[in-house]
Amino acid sequence: MAAPTAQQLIDFVLDEAALLDAQRLDEWLALFTDDARYWMPLTPGQTDPLLQNSLLYEDKMLLQIRIERLAGARTFSQQPRSRCHHLLQQPRIAQIDAAAGTYSLRTAFHYVETRLDEQVLFAGWATHHLVVLEGALRIKLKRVDLVNSDAAFGNISLFM
Amino acid sequence: MTLPALAPTPPATLAPAHIRALVRETEVHKDIYIDPQVFAAEMQHLFANAWVYVGHASQVPNAGDYTTTTVGDQPMVMVRQADGSISVLHNRCAHKGVKVAGEACGNTGKFFRCPYHAWTYRTDGSLMSMPLKNGYENTGFDSCEASRGMARAGAVQVYRDFVFCRLNPRGESFEDFFGESLSTLDNMVDRSPQGRLEVAGGVLRYMHRCNWKMLVDNQTDTCHPMVAHESSAGTAIRVFAKAPAGTPKPMAVELFAPFMSPYEFFENMGIRVWRNGHGHTGVSDSIHAAYSPVPGYHEAMVEAYGEERTKQIVSEVRHNTVYFPNIMVKGPIQTLRVFKPIAVDRTLVESWTFRLVGAPDLLLERTCMYNRLVNGPTSVVGHDDLEVYERAQEALHSRGRDWVNVGRLYDPAELDQTNVATNGTNEWQMRNQLRAWVKYMTASMEGQ
Repeated sequence: MAAPTAQQLIDFVLDEAALLDAQRLDEWLALFTDDARYWMPLTPGQTDPLLQNSLLYEDKMLLQIRIERLAGARTFSQQPRSRCHHLLQQPRIAQIDAAAGTYSLRTAFHYVETRLDEQVLFAGWATHHLVVLEGALRIKLKRVDLVNSDAAFGNISLFM
Repeated sequence: MTLPALAPTPPATLAPAHIRALVRETEVHKDIYIDPQVFAAEMQHLFANAWVYVGHASQVPNAGDYTTTTVGDQPMVMVRQADGSISVLHNRCAHKGVKVAGEACGNTGKFFRCPYHAWTYRTDGSLMSMPLKNGYENTGFDSCEASRGMARAGAVQVYRDFVFCRLNPRGESFEDFFGESLSTLDNMVDRSPQGRLEVAGGVLRYMHRCNWKMLVDNQTDTCHPMVAHESSAGTAIRVFAKAPAGTPKPMAVELFAPFMSPYEFFENMGIRVWRNGHGHTGVSDSIHAAYSPVPGYHEAMVEAYGEERTKQIVSEVRHNTVYFPNIMVKGPIQTLRVFKPIAVDRTLVESWTFRLVGAPDLLLERTCMYNRLVNGPTSVVGHDDLEVYERAQEALHSRGRDWVNVGRLYDPAELDQTNVATNGTNEWQMRNQLRAWVKYMTASMEGQ
């Protein structure tokens, strides 16, 4: 693909959230590069994902395990399943390096996860680091910073 | 001297005889998990009579450094004194009852200052000053409770940098309470080439809508991993099996996979039961025994301890050590989990990680990975457990059955024994915890 336009970058982020809300998770995972990471830091402004605890710091295999687990016959914590809803602010393009083929966007969001009669609201910012791979945009890093990332939560079962 | 207000007269229904009737040899009554009156009595008695974990000395390295926490339902503050010692105070202004230290941690300087009326306290809790002090002249202030400042924990003991307190000023000594069980803390500290741990990585906080004792019971429950965690660990094994041949086993799979070990593995790994509710799984083997070596670690250990002592230290692969009432320690993976009671049906689980000072960073990296894969609110292993705890919290209200069974491999002879290694699927350690529960629930009731 030619260098993506601003609208294509923005649409990519919106479409990614739509796949999550539809729980089309295999298609969602295909958006990630093989060496991608999905990172939810534990502390605001965290820079180290390895020697500091995080809520999530997952490679593609760990994401695959999560996805397969959700549908497992003996995954009792997902019987019944959770559902989720993303409400995104307009993604803002933070950085474009067309020569290197790297792009980053930052998107404020509200996210609702629900199971049984419970509904929990989370708020934060998603940062997407994108690359063009084989003619398509792909996620190299998705970083999700919750505004209260260091709070005591119950289960967070799906993907923000 | 009568016992202080920490141990008031219990409601008539919770006399010692009532408490004892809740725990049989191999059964425990549902009320210990669901009755708010039992919970209130636990806060007043059990958590005041037991030695409870407060924090780690590395969290307060300098004079005036403090951390706030709870012991049972009591707001407490742990603070480093100018002389290097550590005090544990009730975090409550003697004046109007305001929580004095507000942050999770910080440095208070030479004194605490209440944000309401600026009463100040030395870091040992004693009252230092208050504005308009002459307004208390000739008021009998010296005989008021407020003149005594912030109340101190009944007793404090720092063991190899782990800080414990007993809220009641009278009771069992630290040594009698823990006995031989301290060997697990020793082993975790000895795993540092410098014999020193530091809290590192930040704490994972996970809210559970269940009674705190369900978590304690679970720590030595070796018959649940291959069932409850089939969804997470089993899936991890299945996904990795699809990787191309020759793919090196990722650290995450190495951490997940042993949860799916068969019953025989858990039977053979053993459980050791100490007195007073302490005990550990993983006597001769454990799910932490077969991790890949970390480059540079063995060399650093041998340099510090010599070959033979190093072998002794690292061949101790204890799985979960329960320190009654409410912490669990994993020496080989350097974590400590605190099960903080919030209400009869609510528990805050804090999972702390430690750096082995002088060891390669990769060990802390593995510890952090284990913690987020297994202990956090985003952990799939944690989801498996929390689901069954919450189902129990709900269904224990059933009047169809009143008792929970803990009778697996019960032998009446066990009542006279302590410091014994037994079959790894024995529920003896759960029974040990329940017997300790009765002991520390009733200890201060009977003093009256």
